[in-house]
Amino acid sequence: MIEIKNISKAFNGRVVLDDISGVFKKGETSLVIGASGTGKSVLLKCMLDLVQPEKGKVLYDNREFLNQKEEDKKDIRREMGVLFQGGALFDSQTVHQNIQFPLDMLTNMPESEKKDRVEFCLQRVGLEGTGKRMPSEISGGMKKRVGIARAIVMNPKYLFCDEPNSGLDPLTSIKIDELIKEITDEYKITTVIITHDMNSVLSIGDYIMFLYKGKKVWEGDSQTILSSDIKELDEFVFSNHALKKLRG
Amino acid sequence: MFSIIGKFFIFIGSLFIRRESSRVYWKRFIDECVSIGIGSVNIISIVALFIGAVVCVQTYANLVSPIIPKYIVSNIVRDMTLLELSSTFMCVVLAGKVGSNIAGELGTMRITEQIDALEVMGINSASYLVLPKVLAAIFTFPLLAILSGFLGIMGGYLAGTLSGILTPEQYIYGIRFSFIPFNVTIAIIKSIVFGFLIATISAYKGFNTKGGALEVGQASTAAVTNSCIAVLIADYLLAELLT
Repeated sequence: MIEIKNISKAFNGRVVLDDISGVFKKGETSLVIGASGTGKSVLLKCMLDLVQPEKGKVLYDNREFLNQKEEDKKDIRREMGVLFQGGALFDSQTVHQNIQFPLDMLTNMPESEKKDRVEFCLQRVGLEGTGKRMPSEISGGMKKRVGIARAIVMNPKYLFCDEPNSGLDPLTSIKIDELIKEITDEYKITTVIITHDMNSVLSIGDYIMFLYKGKKVWEGDSQTILSSDIKELDEFVFSNHALKKLRG
Repeated sequence: MFSIIGKFFIFIGSLFIRRESSRVYWKRFIDECVSIGIGSVNIISIVALFIGAVVCVQTYANLVSPIIPKYIVSNIVRDMTLLELSSTFMCVVLAGKVGSNIAGELGTMRITEQIDALEVMGINSASYLVLPKVLAAIFTFPLLAILSGFLGIMGGYLAGTLSGILTPEQYIYGIRFSFIPFNVTIAIIKSIVFGFLIATISAYKGFNTKGGALEVGQASTAAVTNSCIAVLIADYLLAELLT
């Protein structure tokens, strides 16, 4: 379980996050949604300690994260897996080396075990036999899959995905969503996804937090999101033509 | 200005904290030596050979006098090559090649979130990425300076003897005449200092890139210009200190 408490962040006096709190439960796929520029990615970066918030706490299974010494943060960091928006694969390494990288840096596992683990992760994301390719030789959807494989290679307790569907065609997006959902259910991971894709919201959102201009204005699940009476959320949800038609 | 210098020194300090195991650095150090050192051999060889040749021809053209012995031409080629061309000029060229490469690589890693990926794993990205580059530059720049010095003198020899400016014996006599071995040490010290400056300044610029492709280009340009300025200032200070 991840708990965020009163997270606030401003850049050059402009408030980007205003007192955001919420709980992301274990084994659930939690989504942070909102239009572009509402602070979703900044919230994720605050949770990962890539951006330091002015105020607030982030608790990983009741363990305070942000105010720890860097050495003490390492234990929690080892339990995290992150899928970045563009995959963030290391250009100079093959797919196999990319996935093995956390094992090389953070464990003392024997080489044969590492190899097996990487092969298992590649198989899990449906990319068997692509280990020798370079990131520049694979498609956007494959990069996301490799990113997921790298994120799960350490058996994380917490999985973060920053816009996993951005730049992907609808079919690949659905496959990526399904893969994240399967992994979350299978390993009972606490998964937090930053997205503005309504398909993801409706298909895999166990818990949804809606941000508007840096504030949390709604939280709920995929069942209740369509019946909300909040104007900002309504505008966001029904900006999609298909959903507009559905509403009539 | 002081704020930037302060941030630069904090950045340098961050290279030495929370380091990974030496096994990790060793592999990266070797990779960087190949990239920075071996990758620069061609350009350094071409530049050194031609600059040596030009210095020989130009010196001869400006020293036409019956009272000046011809071996003075190679004497001047030697001292210019050892004191300035093989270290300072070579490092200005390397600031363009190595500096822009370091800034471009790190800048791209920054904007594509590869550096963030390292940070979330708990790896000190500055130390992991930059320290091997700095050490490789400190190690390979003196070797390139020695190569550059040798090839510069060879360039002068080829230009001088093939064009009939002076005989091979005159050239070699001039090279040996009143030779000060400490000049070689000066060239090596300079190249070590310049290697450190170019690698750290370029890494600082690349590592702190914000934005997109445009900013990566700007970071590369800033890395080259700032490195060149730093090399020239350091060159003056070292000349005062060492000669």
